[in-house]
Amino acid sequence: MERVGEVIEASTAEFVAQCYELYEIPPLGSLVKTKDQSLELYGVVYNAATTSLEPGRRPIARGKDEKTEEEIYRQSPQLLKLLKSEFGVVVVGHKQDKRLYHYLPPTPARIHGFVYQCSPEEVKEFSQSFDFLNIIINARLPVSTEELIGATLRRMSQAYEDPRPFLVAAGKELAILLSGNLSQLKVVLGRIKP
Amino acid sequence: MTQENERLGIVVSGSLNKGVEVKLDSSASVEDMVVGRFVTIEGQKRRFFGMITDVSLGVADPTLTVVPPDVSDPFIAEVIAGTSTFGTLHVSPSLVIGGDATTTLEGPQPVKTIPSHFSVVRLASQRDVELVFGKEDKERFHIGNPLDMETKLCLNLEELVKRSNGIFGKSGTGKTFLTRILLIGMLQKSKAVNLIFDMHSEYGWEGSSEGSTRKVKALKQFFPSQVAVFTLDEEGSRRRKVSTDFVVKIGFDEIEPEDMVLLRQTLNLTELAVEAVYQLRRRFGKGWIQSTLDITDPDETKRLLDELNIHESTFQSLKRGLATIRRLPFIEPHAPVDAVKVILEHLDRGTNVVLEFGRYRDITAYILVANMLARRIYALYQERTERAIGENTAPPRPLVITIEEAHKFLNPEVASQTIFGTIAREMRKYNVTLLVIDQRPSGIDSEVMSQLGTKITCLLDNEKDIDSVLAGVSGKSELKSVLARLAPRQQALIFGHAVPMPVAFQPREYGSAQSYKDFAPKEVGKDIEKLWD
Repeated sequence: MERVGEVIEASTAEFVAQCYELYEIPPLGSLVKTKDQSLELYGVVYNAATTSLEPGRRPIARGKDEKTEEEIYRQSPQLLKLLKSEFGVVVVGHKQDKRLYHYLPPTPARIHGFVYQCSPEEVKEFSQSFDFLNIIINARLPVSTEELIGATLRRMSQAYEDPRPFLVAAGKELAILLSGNLSQLKVVLGRIKP
Repeated sequence: MTQENERLGIVVSGSLNKGVEVKLDSSASVEDMVVGRFVTIEGQKRRFFGMITDVSLGVADPTLTVVPPDVSDPFIAEVIAGTSTFGTLHVSPSLVIGGDATTTLEGPQPVKTIPSHFSVVRLASQRDVELVFGKEDKERFHIGNPLDMETKLCLNLEELVKRSNGIFGKSGTGKTFLTRILLIGMLQKSKAVNLIFDMHSEYGWEGSSEGSTRKVKALKQFFPSQVAVFTLDEEGSRRRKVSTDFVVKIGFDEIEPEDMVLLRQTLNLTELAVEAVYQLRRRFGKGWIQSTLDITDPDETKRLLDELNIHESTFQSLKRGLATIRRLPFIEPHAPVDAVKVILEHLDRGTNVVLEFGRYRDITAYILVANMLARRIYALYQERTERAIGENTAPPRPLVITIEEAHKFLNPEVASQTIFGTIAREMRKYNVTLLVIDQRPSGIDSEVMSQLGTKITCLLDNEKDIDSVLAGVSGKSELKSVLARLAPRQQALIFGHAVPMPVAFQPREYGSAQSYKDFAPKEVGKDIEKLWD
């Protein structure tokens, strides 16, 4: 199981994790999890950012005399320590006593909890139910819901040998959830089209 | 009662009066649903049986109809099918079977309620059809298959012949084939004997199949010992190489004024002329026609007319009509053998009689002969039944009289006067029933129509005809849509006394060597097989 970061900020509906290595961010829409004793929290990566370690100090342009971008980092190795990569996760479910629940856990994630990328088997298991889609649709997030749903379903479908039936089933669920908002449905379906 | 039938959808709304609405699952294509199909609905406590009576399209959001999605993309099309857009079925439940042991034993009952919300709807299975219509046994006869099903649809013929029945349909829709099948069924499974007035010589010996020159076997070829073919046209029958059992001749003295009433329209007689018939009958007695035609002397005529107070022109018109009758070759001054007696002898022995009209297809001959014979047979049956009741003996064999072009006998103007009107209305008591075959049911008196127990109808497209066939049936408007959409050939709708619920069906095959084998009675099967080897 690949460890991708550590929780540095947590609330009931979402948490923020920092990557151990700069730029090693799990892709948008990937399913990640973090543990809190017997509780496993599942979430979807909805946002990521690489910023300066100190909020007041902005990076400055350094590459004027360098031939390649890599050269900049080689010349200033301290940069890797002065910058950090973080990603935001929207909590979409949890596992307690080996049972999966597609709704919010009773407690939020713990700070410094390790964050893992879910294996294809776990993705398959989690995506047996599409109840989590509703959480994403209703969450107020800085990225557009359509984009996030599209990315999530595309990534989940990769766990399947034949992604089409999965996407069709997901599309049908969306058609019901978004029945009052056809333009949104149309956009999402356009995003997940195999 | 678990089964592997194809699930169609779930009940979403409805009422007992109007039937229930079913939302189709996305797996069931709306294009596969056809009106007239037999379905079951699994309610919480009961199972319902019904028929699809309408199919429609629905959308979750009306905006979809204004801005249709891009369905050229198979993915989008697949996603929205059954979710944003879906098919709906209208099902009218007609029977219900309870979940507990006692109600299961009682069998299906008419519906008094509807299934609860979201009950699962499935296509009916073979078992369902058997549960409702019964299996083929010694009383039930396989008449065909419910639409789009392989299952045998069986009809209880003992039950059927207890009442008068009707077979309707536009010309060329397969009425004759259906009638043949039904008659064979009666011969096989019921105790009733048949008297068939076979206008187009189709039921006794080989008839032809419409649209081809292929010959189709008929009753006598299946049941040589049980069927006798009578003919009015000996020569014609001989030409067609039909082995006839008796040549029917009608005597003038057998024609009664009541027969003339029926012929009023075809002979173009006035009301007064018919009145005159009764006067002449009173005046001359049994031989009234001969006596009337014999008067040629003008003085004698005048004297007679004055005496009876008949107008000259009325008399002349009547004479013309009588002359038309006299020209019918099977009419003789005195019949050598009493046809009615011979027919009755056959019927008493349990032999079914097919009366072929051969060349004499014109309606005058048909009405005259059918009415005359039926009237006298009816009178004898009535007498016998009454005697049987009085003496507590067995009543005569049930008799089924088959008539074609029934609207000529049973139209509102004459239905009250003809024997067939009487039979249709009350003859069940005397063990005589009718099998009415007609293409214009709207021409039949509504009172007679309402007395028909079971009606089988092929395609009808005239609004009036459909209305008259369905008059008084519950769920009329639903059945109407089924009826109007039957295939132009070989599909029929049956409803009424002998079936627990209306069902659209495809009559069983008739005309191939295999079908002949199936129809033939088992014990003589071998001899029959030789016929078409």
